[in-house]
Formats: sequence, C-alpha cells, structure tokens
Amino acid sequence: MLRSIFLLGAAAGLSACAATGERADSAASTPPSVGPGKGKGYANDPFPSTYKAYPGAPTLLTNVTVLDGEGGRIDNGSVLFRDGKIVAVGQGLAAEAGVTVIDGAGKYVTPGVIDIHSHLGDYPSPGVDAHSDGNEATGPVTAEVWAEHSVWPQDPGFGRALANGGVTTLQVLPGSANLFGGRSVVLKNVYARTMQGMKFPQAPYGLKMACGENPKRVYGSKGRAPSTRMGNIAVDRQTWARAQEYDRRWDKYEEKGGDPPSRDLAMDTLRGVLDGEIRVQNHCYRADEMANVLDMAKEFGYKVTAFHHAVEAYKIADLLKANDTCAAVWADWYGFKMEAYDAVPENLAILEKEGACAMIHSDDANGIQRLNQEVAKARASGNRAGIKISEEQAWRWLAIGPARALGIDGVTGSLKAGKMADVVLWNGNPFSVYTRPQMVWVDGALLYDANDPRRRPVSDFELGQPGEGDVK
Amino acid sequence: MSARSLLLAAAAAVCLAAPAVAQDVAITNARLVIGDGGQPIDGGTVVVRGGRVVAAGRGVAVPAGIRVIDAGGKWVSPGIFAGFTRLGIVEVDAVDPTNDSGASSAPFHAAIDVAPAVNPRSSPIAINRAEGVTRAVVAPDNRGSIFAGQGAIIDLGADMDAVTRPRAFQYMEWGEAGARGAGGSRSAAYALFRNALFEVRDYVARPANYVDRGRDAFLTRADAEALVPVVQGRMPLLVHAERASDILSMLALKREMPSLRLVLVGASEGWMVAAQIAAANVPVIANALVDLPESFEKLAATQSNVGRMKTAGVLVGIGTLNEDEARQARWEKQFAGNLVALTRVPGATGLDWGAAFAAITSKPAEALGMGDEFGSLRAGRRGDVVIWDGDPLEIGTSAVSVFIDGVEQPLVSRQSRLRDRYLDPKEGSLPKAYER
Repeated sequence: MLRSIFLLGAAAGLSACAATGERADSAASTPPSVGPGKGKGYANDPFPSTYKAYPGAPTLLTNVTVLDGEGGRIDNGSVLFRDGKIVAVGQGLAAEAGVTVIDGAGKYVTPGVIDIHSHLGDYPSPGVDAHSDGNEATGPVTAEVWAEHSVWPQDPGFGRALANGGVTTLQVLPGSANLFGGRSVVLKNVYARTMQGMKFPQAPYGLKMACGENPKRVYGSKGRAPSTRMGNIAVDRQTWARAQEYDRRWDKYEEKGGDPPSRDLAMDTLRGVLDGEIRVQNHCYRADEMANVLDMAKEFGYKVTAFHHAVEAYKIADLLKANDTCAAVWADWYGFKMEAYDAVPENLAILEKEGACAMIHSDDANGIQRLNQEVAKARASGNRAGIKISEEQAWRWLAIGPARALGIDGVTGSLKAGKMADVVLWNGNPFSVYTRPQMVWVDGALLYDANDPRRRPVSDFELGQPGEGDVK
Repeated sequence: MSARSLLLAAAAAVCLAAPAVAQDVAITNARLVIGDGGQPIDGGTVVVRGGRVVAAGRGVAVPAGIRVIDAGGKWVSPGIFAGFTRLGIVEVDAVDPTNDSGASSAPFHAAIDVAPAVNPRSSPIAINRAEGVTRAVVAPDNRGSIFAGQGAIIDLGADMDAVTRPRAFQYMEWGEAGARGAGGSRSAAYALFRNALFEVRDYVARPANYVDRGRDAFLTRADAEALVPVVQGRMPLLVHAERASDILSMLALKREMPSLRLVLVGASEGWMVAAQIAAANVPVIANALVDLPESFEKLAATQSNVGRMKTAGVLVGIGTLNEDEARQARWEKQFAGNLVALTRVPGATGLDWGAAFAAITSKPAEALGMGDEFGSLRAGRRGDVVIWDGDPLEIGTSAVSVFIDGVEQPLVSRQSRLRDRYLDPKEGSLPKAYER
C-alpha cells in the first residue's frame, strides 16, 4: 500500500530524534533518567506502537441511521470523515467537491466495534500446540509477561472479525490460568507484519487477573498454591503486598536517588496498577468472588476497571455501580463450569437498568464475528423481562463502553468530530440477524468492502491454502 | 329448541364426544411454516391428534372436541430438530461426574449406548425447550478408538421419558480425532476401521466362536455386536470428517461397502467436494458458520459451506458439533438466520429463509432417515409444534408455546427462576434466598 510522503517523513523525524546517542533500541523521544515510571529510568514504552493509519478518501455517508456509540441516534443522518478523523455527524451534511459520497438508504452507520476480551493472535487459528501462547501456565503470578509478545499478526481471525463483525479495535489478554496473567494489549484490527504495527497508539496497558476455578484447578492439580479459592485470594494479597513494597522502594529511589533497587518485571506491572497507569481487567464469574476482589482492591488501593465474564454480575449490580467497576459479559453463555451455572440472559440488561457500567465481550474467535448480534440478544432478553433499552443505548455496549474501560474513549468508541474515523456501514439494521457489515473503515481507511473482493485481507497463513481469498 | 332441551343436547354432546386427550391440539390463524423448505403461509392451521400431525396448511378442517388455539397471526412451525448435540448427557461440562459424553478408561467403544445416560432433568434441556428446540440428536464422544458409540434421538419434553429412539446411529471419528483415537495417524484409523469390519463379519458368521479378549481386544464382543447393524446397513454411521480428502476417503470406503448408510458430520471443507458427496447420496450434518482454519482440517472453512453444498444437491442439516453441543442447540436458529444473511453478501452462498429453516428441522431428521417422523408439519410426523411471537430465525423472537408429541410444555427453567429473583437486585425484608 502506498503511504503518504508526509507520514514517512514524520516517522523518519521521530526515529532521528531518538538516535541521539541514548539507547538505540528505544524510540522514546525523552532521554531516559534514573528510576522507573513515566519518563524516568528505563523506558516505560519499550515496545512502542508503529501503527500508522492507511490512506483514505474523504467520505460522506448519507441517508443512514446513525448510532453514535454514546447513546445518540440520528435518523436520516450523515457522517463525514476526512484525513482519518470524523469531521461531522448530523443531518443533511453537505457534500463538498472531492468527497466520496455513499448513499446508504435504509442502512445503519455505527462506530467500529470494540471487543474488550479477545485471544486472537495469542490463541490463533490454527489452534495447534505451537501457537498456544495465551497462558504462561508455569506459575500463578506471571505479571511480567505481556500478551503482545505472543501476538501472531497473521492470525486469520483478525480478518474475520473485521469483515463479518465490523471489529476495528480489540484488547488481547493473557488467558485465565493464572491469578496474575500478565499485561494485555489493545490492537487496531489492521493487519501488519509486526505486533507493533497493530498496536493501538498510546492505549493504556491492562493487567489480566483471574479469580475462580481456573487458577486453582491449574495449580492445585500440580500440587501447588493456589488450589482453593481461599488460596487464590491469599496469593493475590501476598503479591499485592510485595508490590506495595516494590512501589515504596522505587518511589523513594525516584525521590531521593542512590542505588536503584533491583528490577522486577512482574512488580513493574503491579506498580503500574498501584499508580493508576495500568487497568485491571479481572476474569471473575461469581458474585461472591467479585465482592472479595473489590475488597482486596480497596485494601491495596487499586481499582478494578472491569470484571470479565461476570456471569453473576446481575446479583451485585449495586456493588459494581458503587465501586465504579464495569462488567464485560456474554449474552447467553452458561453452564460449562460451576461458576457459570447461574448465568441468565438478562445479565447485561439488569446491569444497565441498575446503572452499572456494562458491556459485551466475546472471548471467542467466532463470537467476535457477531458481537452486534450478541448485543441484540442481550437487549431482547432485557426487553422480554420488561427492561426497555433503545437501540442507541444498547450500541454503547460495544462502542463507548469498552472504549472507556480501555482508556481510549478520547480518540475512538463513538462517532464524534475529532475522533478516529473507525466506522462501519452495515447493510441493514445491525440488531438483525440478517445484517452484515458492508464497509469498514479504520482511521478513515477502507479496509473492508463487501462489494470489492480485493478489499479484504488474506493473512500470510491463508496464502496458497485451500480457500485463499474466498468469501468467508 | 327450548332452553332446557338445548341444555340437555349440550350435556349429551359432552357425554358422547370423545374425551379431549392431552396430545390433541389445533392451532389456527397461523403464519404457518411446514419446515419442508417452503416459505411461510398466512392463515394456516395445524391439527395434532394423538401426538401426531394430521394436517397442516390453509383450509384445514379443525375437528370438534379438541383444544383450539388461535395463533392470532403468529408464526407456527415445527420445533427445532437439533442435528448434533450432547444434550441430556452433560449437566456441567467441567464436572466429570455429570459429564457422560465419553469414558476414557472403559473397554468399550462402539458398544457405548447413550440412551441409559440421558437425564430428562438436565438443566440444558429445559433451557433449550423454552427456545423451541423439541428434539435432538445426542451423540457420544470418542475416547481411545475411532468409534464413539451409539447415539439416540431424544425429545426435550418435561416428562421423565426423553429417549425417543435409542441406538439410532453409530458415531465415528475420522480425520484428526479419528487418528488420535486410533493411535496417532489417519492410516491407523483407516486400518482400524477395516479391521473392525472384518471382525464384525467374523462375529456375524460365527457369533459363538467370537473370542472376546476384553480390554485387549480392539472389538469386544459387545462392540462387534453393536456394529452388526452398521455393517448390514440397518443403522446409520455418522462419521465426523472435516477435511476434503478425509471426506473423499470415507466416500471411497462407502463405495467398497455400498450397504453402509453413511452420514457425514462436520464437513467444513465439504463444499470443495460437494459434487462427490451429492453423487454418493450421502447426507451431511454440518456446523453452520465455521469460517476459520481452526485446525489443518478446516483450512478452507467458509460460512458459504452449507449453501454451496446444498446448491450442489447435497442434503444438509445443521448441527452444533463442538459448539457447546451439550447446551446451546438453541443457537441453531441464530445460525440459520446468519445463513439467510449470506444471501445479501456479494459472492457468498447462503440459504433462503425456507431452506434455512428446513436446515434446522426437516433436513437433519432426513439426514438420519427419520424425516417421516420428525422435523416438519407434514402429515404423520410427531406433533412437535412451536408458536413464536415473531420470525423464529430473527434475534429477539421468543417461543410462546411449545408442544412435543402434541403435549404443551412448560417454558420455565432455572434461568427464568434466577431472573425473577434478581430482576430487582435489592433485598426486601428477608434475604434473597427466601424469594420464590
């Protein structure tokens, strides 16, 4: 693909700044100084994003129903984007010269779908042992590993999520074998040769934690802690206590200087959480366990940004709301484990009704291809139970909701002027099972067009295989 | 007539009329779907007597003396016939004692019979019944052999009598899972299969002489006996094969053994060899939407698989193999709706509405040779009927009434009980545990 001369030039400029005799492997523009933390000591962003938006044409989508992702709806609306950014959203926007106008009569336009829980890249297709990189299940505390270092950018799953699901942003997390699984990474759903080329610029890191059956089963079966739920919490708390000590040591060093303390990668991540820079994304199903985790978070002074799966969140909607902790849930998964036994399809709707922060997620390479349908199911279940939620309100569950929980809501997650032009034109109402994405843009670049067989990605793995380039 | 004689006449009519049986019902004023691939028709009527469909269509006469339901224009269709599940033999997948899908240390494989293991009270049955699934194919899972055992057809009714047809088919793994079961290669699976056929023929010829080597045998006496109807073509053999070449190797085996009633399960790459499958008259029970190279057996997977196979003349029904098959048969409606969605995606091959609905009702039944019994509202079929509050393939539609063998079913499940308890999450004057 052709890149603009301007973008190439800018990149060259940045790398020139970094190569001033400091560590050549760091692309950070601030010269490092002593101590960890922002702008201090070792680089805080040692694997920086090299993602650059692809070129796009100024585009005006007219005659569409706009769900802006923040709860707004515009019938007979239009969306204008240019140079990778949303310019305007409203009614009757004028088409200027040089703007591609797409009349979407009868169709919907929404922000690109955001999946806050994926293992694409880390547990890619094909699911062979050599690709099984999502769980560093060699110890219950592996806060030192980063999911991004397992991302295989050639996973065909990324392309499916784009073409069938309109997904433009996703968070890839370590699995849930461990209490502390490691750092997550937010990716643009844009194929690249390297993980860094997909990495969402400036997105905060997350820390994957897990409660419940998985850690205690994985480690209990090896005859080590944790082997019980009480063991889960004990190991958690001991780890946080160590993290606090690490935090104090490094804070003191940053303040007063002297010999820098030993560096511990796992503790780095936990320190990031304690300092509010890294967001806790906590796999947890049962209501009682979520309550324990919330108390533990208070004890150690950190925030749980979101519980994932949260199958019993409906039982403690008030608690979640009081703690400003979100729940990322399925529409209707249930019963495969004891901790999923009490799932109800009204989970999301009850959370919404009670004013808790709630959103959808997939945790599945197939589910990510139809998050709009999963949202539709959750909304319909609520409706049946007497909880009326409008289409525009429900669309927040895969737009601004996950964007906020990921800390990227300033730049994406809704169709607002100035935000990234991550846009989906659907071929109908996305709450219908009969609807699919027609066109998908990421930062204003058209990366999927149902009407153009060449405008769809074929990962390296699929090249030369049966079915290469097929409609999937 | 005087008022008194009217009353007497009415009393006489009640006394003389045949008593209304629980399995009799007529549903009128329906947006009627027969399930045979046709489109819905308005103003339809279904009549069920003695648990079987007598007639369904426009202008069907309603017999006197039976319960009549005016559907008020609602959609009425056959219940979903789930083409491949493990419903009823698993309560919680991760809890081994509740999971009867496979037995890794049992000496038997082909002899395994899921029928005695089916629990009509397993919670997924009520949950799926409430969404209009009325009948299901239940298959065992293989462990340590290519043969998994004999599956059954069950109904999802609330009574304690779930098994409609025990020992309805033999399930066998081919491809990668078969290779694993046979000791590590496809060739080993092939050798094992041919050897099994040899041993079964031997058993048939001289049953008294069959040497049962128990655990050391490949086929115990019980396994050999179980395979006799398969070899003799009286029992379908459902074979899980995904890869195009594995499908072809199984079709070649059928050519050698024409009596084999072969049904392919999975067949993600079936579209690549659809002409051969159609020419062999082999039905397929496929997953609807597999589109990822999840394994090297499914490199060419595409959501257009089912549509392409059907276009080539293959009889295709939908199942949920390895897709939460113990608990999510209800997803088949959503999957079928997705196949209709493909008809609006350029270059994709989907199914029209009627064909999509048939793919989750009559087609899987026909694939098993049971289209005369299940999966449609043609005359003579089981009275499995659902009244829906909308298009059954569209998201958000609910089943309003579900009949199995003409008997109306409860639609409550433990999920609806939990919902009712927690719709208002606040405790009242007593703990939640007291709220029922």
